[in-house]
Amino acid sequence: MQLSTDIVNDYLVVELKGELDHHTSEDARKKIEQYYYNNNLLNIILDLSQLKFMDSSGIGLVMGRYKNCKERNGNLLIVSTSPYVNKILKMSGLMKIIKVYSTIDEAIKG
Amino acid sequence: MVEKNCMKLEFLSKSSNESFARVVVAAFASQLDPTIEELSDIKTAVSEGVTNAIIHGYEYGEGIVIVETTIENNIIEITIEDHGKGIADINKAMEPFYTSKPDLERSGMGFTVMETFMDDLTVESHVNKGTKIKMTKMFKSLSNRE
Repeated sequence: MQLSTDIVNDYLVVELKGELDHHTSEDARKKIEQYYYNNNLLNIILDLSQLKFMDSSGIGLVMGRYKNCKERNGNLLIVSTSPYVNKILKMSGLMKIIKVYSTIDEAIKG
Repeated sequence: MVEKNCMKLEFLSKSSNESFARVVVAAFASQLDPTIEELSDIKTAVSEGVTNAIIHGYEYGEGIVIVETTIENNIIEITIEDHGKGIADINKAMEPFYTSKPDLERSGMGFTVMETFMDDLTVESHVNKGTKIKMTKMFKSLSNRE
């Protein structure tokens, strides 16, 4: 799995590419937390639109980052266009508490 | 109608084998000409079952995970077995969001995903002997064509 980050305004934008499962999620968590805390940021945008696969380990990753942001009174936003990723997000109930956008620009504009 | 066919896969309980297992099962299931969505459901369910065996069955120790798949007509049956520590309370383990390892950032959704993405799920487990989960799914794409 590939992970790239960018800082836009006070958002940490994280783009995830490839397959997000138990094997790859721990490394992703460490990298995201490192960028988030080292840059003293409030908000995170997780861009899942280029994921080819995600299982419940991805749900755990999203829930963990949601907690990180809430502890700092920040927001976690998701960008996702994949019907398969959306299916598992919806099933987990995360879509009720986290806003999902189609593009990073839309997420930043709110 | 697709003739009965089966395969058996054994591999070490390493997390790098999660993608290997789901890709192999998906490749085998392709004989039934499933839709992309059906294939994606199967890959996700296999990933959850194998992850459970590695994290909970063997608790990251070394063991063998056995995946058997049978296809017949338009039905796929997948079993995922470990000889690890077993589950003391299966009903508790299957509750949505319950995880016995909250420190590991697990969502507790593994069994819920398997139940949702497959048509049927049964769990057989004995403490200190291991766990065997059996999942079946009917390929609707195939039944629609016949």
